[in-house]
Amino acid sequence: MNNLTIVGKKIPKRDAPLKATGSAVYIQDLKIPGMLHGKILYSKYPHARITGLDTSMAEKLPGVRAVVTASDMPANFRIGVMKDNPPLKTGKVLSIRDEIAAVAAISPEIAEEALSLIKVEYEELPGTFDPLEAMKEGAPLIHEEAKSNILKMPWKLVCGDVEAAKKESAFIVEDTFSTPWVTHCCLGTSGCVAQLDAKNNLTLYSNTQIPSLAQNDYIEALNAFGLKGKRVRIVQSVIGGAFGSKLDTYAYEYIAILLALKTRKPVKIVFSREEEFFATSPRQCTITKISHGCDKEGRLTFREMEMVLDNGAYTSWGATTPSVMMLPISSLYKVPNVKYVAKCVYTNNTYSQAMRGYGNPQATFAIESSLDQLAEKAGIDPYELRLKNANEPGEITPQRFKITSCGMKECIDEVVKRLDWKGKKGKGGNRGVGMASLIHVGGGARVYKSDGCGTIIKMDDFGKVDVFTGASDIGQGSETIIAQIVAEVLGIPIDDVNVINNDTDICPWDVGVHASRTTFVAGNAALGAAKKIKAQILEIAAKLLEEEPASLDIKNGVVFSVKNSEKTIPLGKALRKLHYTLGGNMLMAEYFYDPANENFDKEFKGNLSVSYAYGAHGVEVEVDRETGKVKILNYIAAHDVGKAINPMLLEGQIYGGGLMGLGYALGEKMIYEKGYLKNGNFLDYKMPTVKDIPPVQAVIVETDEKDGPFGAKGIGEPGLVPTAPAIANAIYDAVGVRIKDLPITPEKVLAALREKEGQTHK
Amino acid sequence: MKRELTFILNGEAVTTEVDPQWTLLYLLREVLELTGTKEGCGYGECGACTVIIDGQAVNSCLFPVMEVEGKRVTTIEGITSKDGSMHPLQTAFINEGAVQCGFCTPGMIMSAKALLDAKDKPTEDEIKEAIEGNLCRCTGYVKIIDAIKSAAGGR
Ligand code: FES
Ligand code: FES
Repeated sequence: MNNLTIVGKKIPKRDAPLKATGSAVYIQDLKIPGMLHGKILYSKYPHARITGLDTSMAEKLPGVRAVVTASDMPANFRIGVMKDNPPLKTGKVLSIRDEIAAVAAISPEIAEEALSLIKVEYEELPGTFDPLEAMKEGAPLIHEEAKSNILKMPWKLVCGDVEAAKKESAFIVEDTFSTPWVTHCCLGTSGCVAQLDAKNNLTLYSNTQIPSLAQNDYIEALNAFGLKGKRVRIVQSVIGGAFGSKLDTYAYEYIAILLALKTRKPVKIVFSREEEFFATSPRQCTITKISHGCDKEGRLTFREMEMVLDNGAYTSWGATTPSVMMLPISSLYKVPNVKYVAKCVYTNNTYSQAMRGYGNPQATFAIESSLDQLAEKAGIDPYELRLKNANEPGEITPQRFKITSCGMKECIDEVVKRLDWKGKKGKGGNRGVGMASLIHVGGGARVYKSDGCGTIIKMDDFGKVDVFTGASDIGQGSETIIAQIVAEVLGIPIDDVNVINNDTDICPWDVGVHASRTTFVAGNAALGAAKKIKAQILEIAAKLLEEEPASLDIKNGVVFSVKNSEKTIPLGKALRKLHYTLGGNMLMAEYFYDPANENFDKEFKGNLSVSYAYGAHGVEVEVDRETGKVKILNYIAAHDVGKAINPMLLEGQIYGGGLMGLGYALGEKMIYEKGYLKNGNFLDYKMPTVKDIPPVQAVIVETDEKDGPFGAKGIGEPGLVPTAPAIANAIYDAVGVRIKDLPITPEKVLAALREKEGQTHK
Repeated sequence: MKRELTFILNGEAVTTEVDPQWTLLYLLREVLELTGTKEGCGYGECGACTVIIDGQAVNSCLFPVMEVEGKRVTTIEGITSKDGSMHPLQTAFINEGAVQCGFCTPGMIMSAKALLDAKDKPTEDEIKEAIEGNLCRCTGYVKIIDAIKSAAGGR
């Protein structure tokens, strides 16, 4: 592994030239001849009965080609994880993003005007907007047929005996923490173009993260429309950010398909920024009760958590985030006894989706804040408490995770050293330091029956290769990582590798971009295919060079004999000889990699991932007692990544994740008031700008994961997981107040300071 | 009611019929098919639509189209040389890892270009000032600043 020439190097992103010159085609930029523009009419009220709907005026507007309502959708057709969401609503609307009607017209402006001509009459109903209220007896039911607002998806993890452990604990802390609704804020808004051919086969131009699974969803939809046995092709445009927002298929996509069916034209729907805020599915708000205990020496004895999650009006993957929350709950630090219960609750708010971290940030905020409280109670430095309980290689955690490589201690040490923890902790002067760690899946995650990804490699006449991968690039750089791996194995320049990753007609199957799995899973799939095709190349070259394949290798696109350096043949020449021969052949290899990880059993136990990613963040803050403002003086983000295949892209994930975490910690919150979003724009929703970035260091810790491609593990999500608790802990160290409700706004800090002063003056 | 409009676009004189209601962004993207300039919000809050008008970085989504009459407008497509070689800022964004999803990239580069055209060696604060109106969700801005510094240093 020492002679790597491409893996481990700072290789520029392969698609960056397209993007930096403005020639990348995003869904916004896509035009197809004859294309119409679709727009959606949403509900005016968060909870209401539709008593009248009249689209006749809209239909008459010149330029309008179709107006559709629920009556145009197949009856009983539902989408989503619990199949509780009709793409067009009739009868009752359950949130302000409920789709009531849609229009296709020759321009977006005409479509918009047509929407304003649709008359809807409503009878407003009392709504339920607070999950705790929604759980109470007698609360208005969101889905009447479900008979309860609590989702039938009981999340419960029990390891060991928490009650017994409580009795034996020397110190116990208990508290409640909460997190807000926050949204992905992809700079490129959601959108698609639906196109049907003469036989009703569908092509959907899309920016989905799950092309293969989406294909399945649309086939189901076409079936519901009575179009059986049709083909569905997903072509991804360049994706303007995803972060989990595109892990599901959405009503607007089915509406585009319906409009395309009605008009026999391609139909494009692209969200405005306003729609992107209120009509996409964000990270849900949570309320978490946690208690934690340790013995006299500071060894953790138990962790108990009870969580309520606002599911919103319908169900997408947000409802399944407790499965990933279990990861830090059971296995962040060594804790023998664990109990976790979570309830997802229907409300008349928007509905939730996973967002970078898949629940881990919400859970880790509670765990790592509580851990600092425990350290204080036990009279131990929070850093020592963490180190004492840190995970280690070879450990099997209570949830049955098999820890292979683990650089948690190294990450904590980096934080302590670079932050000057010992010099700065508890020194007062309104300054303080805090830290928090993370565990996340680092080797894929078996959330579906398969965690696989396919790769096909073919070679041309000139020794150049095309790599067809199932793995989508959502900006994170998987295209580049895959090209690096293939180029390294084949001994060819990276510019000779072309990666095709956006078309289900030609790319092999993949389960989707989630769980930070792409470098690990798609990387291993590419590695497998590259090794296979290399063996074939060497075999062919061996015949031509009259050598044994075992004594050949490839460098810079030339096959050479390790024994006799005179004996060489350029790849292209070998390939041409193969092609232009009587009874010739071609070179192609395929490989499907599915890691040996396990689905959870009925008790939510099992080795979810073949490896786990670790990290620790440390932060120094200064708090202004007059304004409550928190200034970040120094930020250290140390991550155990196995091996950095491309340190530059990797740092990009850490910086980008870190700043997203900082937004979560200090400013971002979707303000929902009685079901209405009050700050659905970039002015009022405080996504960090360049002025918000602190002095930050990304520290890469390499642990060489045995199952990872060249030793690598995943890094897509970890960057934002521990940010909020690290900051909350630092604020506590600085001024002695603990903010338990994100985001940590100056108002909250100020109020807490006032309250504290009030208490001390009494 | 369409009106005639003449301005210099990426170094060439353009005369075109426009609706005075249009924004410059609409003319660029929908009519002239210069889709390198992006729309991230449409109301002046994200900077994805940044172009340079007479040396100033401007949000084209808010800019009334009639006001470019007689002015020089440069878009991302106009900073690459005729022979295809890229502007140093483009090269720096690529080489420094400042591009992830890339949706903010053209706007960022145009804001940075307006800065570097006015000032050879900007300070870090001046760089931040120049791109404060350009939102990026992917990169955490760190490598964008590095790229702008490196483009400035290389001149
Ligand atoms: S599109 Fe112009 S500022 Fe956002
Ligand atoms: S690179 Fe995605 S928004 Fe900047």
